[in-house]
Amino acid sequence: MTTRIDNQEDAVSTTTPTRAPHSDVPTGHKDEGKVGAGLFDPKQLLKSLPDAFRKLDPRVMVKSPVMFVVLVGSVLTTVFSFKDPGDWFGWAISAWLWLTVVFANLAEAVAEGRGKAQADTLRKAKTDTVARRLSEDGTSEEQVPGTELRVGDLVVCEAGDIVPGDGDVVEGVASVDESAITGESAPVIRESGGDRSAVTGGTKVLSDRIVIKITTKPGETFIDRMIALVEGAARQKTPNEIALNILLASLTIVFLLAVATLPPFANYAGTHLTMVVLVALLVCLIPTTIGALLSAIGIAGMDRLVQRNVLAMSGRAVEAAGDVSTLLLDKTGTITLGNRQASEFVPVTGTTEAEVADAAQLSSLADETPEGRSIVVLAKEKYGLRERHQGELAGAEWIAFTAQTRMSGVDVDGRKIRKGAAGSVITWVKEQGGTVSTNAEALANRISEAGGTPLLVAVHDGRGARILGVIHLKDVVKDGMRERFDELRRMGIKTIMITGDNPLTAKAIAEEAGVDDFLAEATPEDKMALIKREQAGGKLVAMTGDGTNDAPALAQADVGVAMNTGTSAAKEAGNMVDLDSNPTKLIEIVEIGKQLLITRGALTTFSIANDVAKYFAIIPALFAAVYPGLDKLNIMHLSSPDSAILSAVIFNALIIIALVPLALRGVQYRPVSADKLLRRNLGIYGLGGLVAPFIGIKIIDLLISLIPGIG
Amino acid sequence: MSPVLAGVLQLLALIAALALAYRPLGDYMARVYSSDKHLRVEKWIYKGIGANPNAQMRWPAYLRGVLAFSAVSVLFLYLLQRVQGHLPGSLGFTAIDPDQAFNTAASFVTNTNWQSYYGEQAMGHVVQTAGLAVQNFVSAAVGMAVAVALVRGFARSRTGELGNFWSDLVRGTVRILLPLSVVAAVVLVACGAIQNFAGIHSVGQFFGGSQQWNGGAVASQEAIKEVGTNGGGYFNANSAHPFENPTPFSNLFEIFLLLVIPFALTRTFGQMVGSIRQGYAILATMVTIWIGFTALMMATEFHHHGPAFDIAGGAMEGKETRFGVGASSIFAVATTLTSTGAVNSFHSSFTGLGGGITMLGMQLGEIAPGGTGSGLYGMLIMAIIAVFIAGLMVGRTPEYLGKKIGTREIKFAACYILITPALVLVFTAAAMALSTPGHSMTNSGAHGFSEILYAYTSGANNNGSAFAGLNADTQWFNSTIGLVMLLGRFVPMVFVLALAGSLAEQKPVPATAGTLRTEKPLFTGLLVGAVLIITGLTYFPALALGPLAEGLAS
Repeated sequence: MTTRIDNQEDAVSTTTPTRAPHSDVPTGHKDEGKVGAGLFDPKQLLKSLPDAFRKLDPRVMVKSPVMFVVLVGSVLTTVFSFKDPGDWFGWAISAWLWLTVVFANLAEAVAEGRGKAQADTLRKAKTDTVARRLSEDGTSEEQVPGTELRVGDLVVCEAGDIVPGDGDVVEGVASVDESAITGESAPVIRESGGDRSAVTGGTKVLSDRIVIKITTKPGETFIDRMIALVEGAARQKTPNEIALNILLASLTIVFLLAVATLPPFANYAGTHLTMVVLVALLVCLIPTTIGALLSAIGIAGMDRLVQRNVLAMSGRAVEAAGDVSTLLLDKTGTITLGNRQASEFVPVTGTTEAEVADAAQLSSLADETPEGRSIVVLAKEKYGLRERHQGELAGAEWIAFTAQTRMSGVDVDGRKIRKGAAGSVITWVKEQGGTVSTNAEALANRISEAGGTPLLVAVHDGRGARILGVIHLKDVVKDGMRERFDELRRMGIKTIMITGDNPLTAKAIAEEAGVDDFLAEATPEDKMALIKREQAGGKLVAMTGDGTNDAPALAQADVGVAMNTGTSAAKEAGNMVDLDSNPTKLIEIVEIGKQLLITRGALTTFSIANDVAKYFAIIPALFAAVYPGLDKLNIMHLSSPDSAILSAVIFNALIIIALVPLALRGVQYRPVSADKLLRRNLGIYGLGGLVAPFIGIKIIDLLISLIPGIG
Repeated sequence: MSPVLAGVLQLLALIAALALAYRPLGDYMARVYSSDKHLRVEKWIYKGIGANPNAQMRWPAYLRGVLAFSAVSVLFLYLLQRVQGHLPGSLGFTAIDPDQAFNTAASFVTNTNWQSYYGEQAMGHVVQTAGLAVQNFVSAAVGMAVAVALVRGFARSRTGELGNFWSDLVRGTVRILLPLSVVAAVVLVACGAIQNFAGIHSVGQFFGGSQQWNGGAVASQEAIKEVGTNGGGYFNANSAHPFENPTPFSNLFEIFLLLVIPFALTRTFGQMVGSIRQGYAILATMVTIWIGFTALMMATEFHHHGPAFDIAGGAMEGKETRFGVGASSIFAVATTLTSTGAVNSFHSSFTGLGGGITMLGMQLGEIAPGGTGSGLYGMLIMAIIAVFIAGLMVGRTPEYLGKKIGTREIKFAACYILITPALVLVFTAAAMALSTPGHSMTNSGAHGFSEILYAYTSGANNNGSAFAGLNADTQWFNSTIGLVMLLGRFVPMVFVLALAGSLAEQKPVPATAGTLRTEKPLFTGLLVGAVLIITGLTYFPALALGPLAEGLAS
């Protein structure tokens, strides 16, 4: 866990970074109940147009088999139109086929364009830096360009310097501004040793002096990888995308056969089909809608993660996120607020609650730990005790909390008040010559059994040394976590809480938070074993981690989200990095993964279902002249054969543009069971896909028939 | 009783009989393919062919077994026909021509039973019983073996072992097909089907002239013809011939026989993958398509207009008066949806749309319920395609029965669905483009085109029924249809077995609330839609120029 500077004054959650721009508090999401929508600006279409034309290069197009077929078709119809230049129909079809290809490229270009803007911002951070390299013996410094640094070099950074490359702090401590990468202006502490030693090239040292050991070659730094990722340059097709491409290619071949074998059939029937008509039919039948949008969907999925400040090192990880069936969540910071908090004051027999509260507050004023602060807060909120400041009490001697004494307190007006861990306070009371009532012990045990931590409050005054009461410290589960876990359960995801607490405490918190299972007194080895056990059962596991000892588990997990504040070992091991270092975001990552897959499936279904209507438009148009009975299939009553075919082609092209926003934004995802999701999506994209083109083609035909000379 | 009501009642009786047989037969078959014990007669067979029935095979070994056995079968059947003149009991028939012998050998080994010959005028007792009838058994058993191998692929994990082909082949024949056929043959004999080794009788006709009547082991061959979804008749008239199918009851019984194993295999599947409900979902998909097609067929055949139709109470041309429109419609749909290809009426004489329904039935890939074994694996492949698309819509990478449908799996499934449409369309187009094949058509116009489209549809999908009207005994048709039958049978099997191997290697993914529930009605509906749209749409243009052009003309 890490500490950020401004958090140190924050009484309740020193260890939780709470300023994640996309809300750390889960209840914030409940209102939406879905993965948030990305913004889509129609102006982006226009801006990306030049890129769309650049992508017409056949070497690029061949990567999408479906659209490559459309490109070849466009070339063919254009050539045939040149042979018969007086035929408006050939030109119109050719034009719309070219538009189909351009629209597909446009979808991809728009998706990429959104990443480019982010990449530009990152590039600014990557200005050429001059590194102050230390000589081998560490005595002298030399100035070298950042690009000449090698792994293992030691560099010095002082206030105002830009960190020249990725590395670990080996000496010193400094506050660092990482806003260039995280977008977060509050500085963070980086210090040698432990889990807060990693620094990232491009960030700025604000105070103090640190020595950094470079761990990454120039050109392969975190910021370089980020740029490549958001630009889509490093994009590789994911396994599921490849599988879908295979299916689409095979459907394309089937329809290619259906169309290519048509001329001999038609010749026998006594009609001649022109190349233009055949290509038009083919393009309408092959799954162009999904073929055009497939890569845009993938890029947009990664982009949605980037918008949430999560960097996925591979698209594979995003897909895996959709499949996750077990979530390992660290208790602290994810399920509970950072630290234990005082929840009640329990008096022993013979004292009142107010007395305990008063003594507890006084004895905690010198305790700057979060627990201590929470006691003061509770006394104020629940018992109306105004917070007193140390200076207010003249002659008071403050005993600050230390890890050794495990007590804090005050000596004032002849009274000695102490508060602290049960063992320490009992010892103190005995030292002061008092006795410990069995009642106090019983109270303390009761709290322990309920999963809380008892702190004892004792006083030594005129009546001798004795225990006044017990402070009940407990973990406070974040608001809305139970609902969140219920949601996950409905999605079929099991949550396991990981904690270093003893099983008793862990059980109590697990029950309160509503997680399915917990792992208490967890060591890194236990965590690793748990992941392997779940995976052996065929489950995919997601977890977050930040420490070096988390690294093996992060590497083993199917989705390992490393906190950006974590060590470079952790970041290297995980397949995602959360720049906000917000462990709760794992849940959002799962939703984004699911949304990506749903969008692919929905548009594939839509694309295939569309074919039915196109047949009803084109088949009667082609053959009603020789077989008049086939005109009965013209259920849309399209005005003329030419107009019918053209309308189908135009619909086919326009639907791509119409669906670009959906492809970029993603199909709405709600955390419900698979059954409900399927029913909903099948209704919208399956039945919708059947019906929509009938309406769309009819409307386009009506418009076309208004053009003089056609219809 | 009106003919419509009679038809509906027969359909209901058929459904009731199939429902009764479903559980016992399905469970029995699951036990047959899961048992460790070998019958004594089976041990003799294993010793005879030198196979070790206990050796587990990975998919390449299993495939080698299928291909080697089938290749030997083709060769044997070809030679048997070529030396017919020298065989005893050949009834005076001589050797079959090379092209026709190839076609017939390919036809019976692929469970197609396309017949370009006239049984009573070409094949003697030995070829009929030792050649064709034997293949009726083993070709069906091969289909079931491959289906069972695929089911094992789903059921097993972290292995790649799919069972033993020889054991599956022998058990399917000895424990399932033989006993069922014996019982069925006895029932058929009781109905009046003939069973003898008599020669050819010349019988005087009522209006003068004479007619030849053949004897033969007809009832026994009829039994396996239906039980093994083969369809190759002893006589050219097939199940319209009174010696093969004497009464309305035998007719209904034959329809029952050709449907019973393909439907019951879904139960076997459910048992073997450990979820009866998964089997029901596949069954429900098959039944929905089957009932839908039957209803459509009855509607088109009963409600056709015109004075001749009205007098006969429906479209009676080409239909036996013994069976009428209803029973003929039920038979036609059952035979084309099962890859059987037996006929009790002439599909060419159905109304234009009715003929289209028989063609579309085959073009769906023979999966509702399909051939013995081939129906199950064909439908499971479609389920994988449907799961792939629908699975994405629930936000997970797709999985079916706990197995991930990844790149490898979808590659095999996609290749599978590519084969038959490619064969049908390419060969039909070639036949239409060349000048000679067209001479075989009896009719001109759309109906003539339907004859050729039907022939290749029937061959590639291993159905074997003919539209009638086409003279298929030409070198072109014998060779190309023979080739199409072989490719349409064995290339898909390669992909099925490769897929099975890939599935068997996977570790299972446990089902959660986020998993697509493939045992629910919603999935059944989706699967029906996927079958109709993905396979149906492939043939829409071709169908439009044949049966649709004809059927919508009036």
